[in-house]
Amino acid sequence: MATNDSSTAAAAGPQSGLRAMRFSVRLESLLVLAVLVVALSILSPYFLSVSNFLNILLATAVIGILGFGATFVIAAAGIDLSLGSVLALSGVLGALSVNALDLPWPVAIVTCLAVGAFCGLINGLLNAKAGIPAFIVTLGMLGVARGLGLVFTNGQPVYGMPDPIVFLGQGRPFGVPMPVFVFIAVAIVAHFVLAYTRFGKYAQVIGDNETAARAMGIRVDRHRIALYMVSGTLAGVAGLLFLARVNAGDPTAGLNYELTAITAAILGGTNLFGGRASVLGTLIGALVMGVLQNGLNLLAVSSFYQQMAIGAVLVLAVWLDQVNRARGQR
Amino acid sequence: MSLLELDGIKKHFGPVQVLLGVDLKIDAGEVVALVGDNGAGKSTLMKIITGIHKPDGGTIRFDGTDISGHSPGEIRERGIEMIYQDLALARMQDVASNIFLGREPTRRLLGTPIRMIDRARIEQEAEAMIRKLGARVPSVRHPVGKLSGGQQQSVAIARALTFNPKLVIMDEPTAALAVREVEHVLDLIRELKRQEIAVILISHRLTDVFAVCDRVVALRHGRVVSDEHIAQTSMNTVVAHIVGAA
Repeated sequence: MATNDSSTAAAAGPQSGLRAMRFSVRLESLLVLAVLVVALSILSPYFLSVSNFLNILLATAVIGILGFGATFVIAAAGIDLSLGSVLALSGVLGALSVNALDLPWPVAIVTCLAVGAFCGLINGLLNAKAGIPAFIVTLGMLGVARGLGLVFTNGQPVYGMPDPIVFLGQGRPFGVPMPVFVFIAVAIVAHFVLAYTRFGKYAQVIGDNETAARAMGIRVDRHRIALYMVSGTLAGVAGLLFLARVNAGDPTAGLNYELTAITAAILGGTNLFGGRASVLGTLIGALVMGVLQNGLNLLAVSSFYQQMAIGAVLVLAVWLDQVNRARGQR
Repeated sequence: MSLLELDGIKKHFGPVQVLLGVDLKIDAGEVVALVGDNGAGKSTLMKIITGIHKPDGGTIRFDGTDISGHSPGEIRERGIEMIYQDLALARMQDVASNIFLGREPTRRLLGTPIRMIDRARIEQEAEAMIRKLGARVPSVRHPVGKLSGGQQQSVAIARALTFNPKLVIMDEPTAALAVREVEHVLDLIRELKRQEIAVILISHRLTDVFAVCDRVVALRHGRVVSDEHIAQTSMNTVVAHIVGAA
């Protein structure tokens, strides 16, 4: 019987520095990705090309970075439904900081990240200190952050960014879009933190057995707040990339992106109920979503159906995970 | 001076008074049984010692320092370990990670100030600890959730003993074990005593208590109702204390 036990697979590595690498990537998600790529290569003559792959990576960057944020909070048995709204709010405020306030361009970057981190801090405090369930807290933030973005801009996009910001979104050094570089850099850092540091380990332990985490001296509340700040900050990074790419702070940006981001994380093997999480898995999951959307676009499927596809994939991914767990008797 | 001194420990949860002023002294290398009916307050008292619950009144001195109100991490750092009845293990983490939970040694990433968990050292030392205890665990890289009950217990014990504790609290360590495994745990307690490590043993099994303990303390309705040397009491007397018949 083929179970997908990532931890035993990781344990079988060679006796080197690589041994400690914990590639807890679900094999199914790689398989799904491969099947999608092969199928779309056959179905569409435009799919299999370097430029289209770069397009997919570019389109996946924002979702993937949000997915990494989702991965950290889900690791600790939390959830962040506010990712898309925080993306929009941080992009809007980042845009306003250089546009309306006429501050130098690096301020836009700092503003995006700071707004994201602040939203995460509020989420974390309300969840860990006030004891409100994460689902409710972040659902509330989904509404508040979206609304604030609309209030600050009167519902209109804030156009016109300084050149360095536009370069961050539209520049193509060596032919590769800048957001792809940012995406890869964030992926490496996030993977390192989740898989190799105490911070990442404790996130998973809290999701696994919170009482044990407390008993062993892990400061669960503080850690949880930090995790929401991580996901908020990553939503800020995504907001910055979105702002840079479209050259505008758009208060309607990232609508429903949390749905796709969480789907990417679950698809990648992160346990919806905490304890086991993988940034590399989420990367694969995000690529699946990216390839799927790209393929549907190439095949001229209406975007209305794409929404349906994303929702269906989320339910399917969780269902597959349940079936696997029932078989593996964890 | 005793290793551990509890003085007038009080605790209530809402309107329920669980502990009504508990005094208890434990010397280094002493094995003390804590007995009492369900709801007598044993586990609550232990969780106060380990810092999980904050006492509403009273003081806890350990090794000469007041540790009342310290966090669980600080209290472990001072040398009090507890083996919980539910074992407090992270089931999806492997054996080595569980043994070092909360105390992972770190090393620098390529000489930078960034710290990463020293996985090689954790595995090596976990392996050594498991071997020293004579525990039969398939591999330190095995997820704990896939081990048998006895093996999980071994992991919890290994975790408690890896960092040279001065006091080990065991909450019903033999309740779920087979006969041979029980003997193993009792031998372990004797070994701890030889090493001058104090043990508080919470147990319903009086045969275990009389086999390894120096003293037996009975708790009833949140108070200490008896504190006797094993040589000067009997099982019948202890049972009488537990049910309040004496």
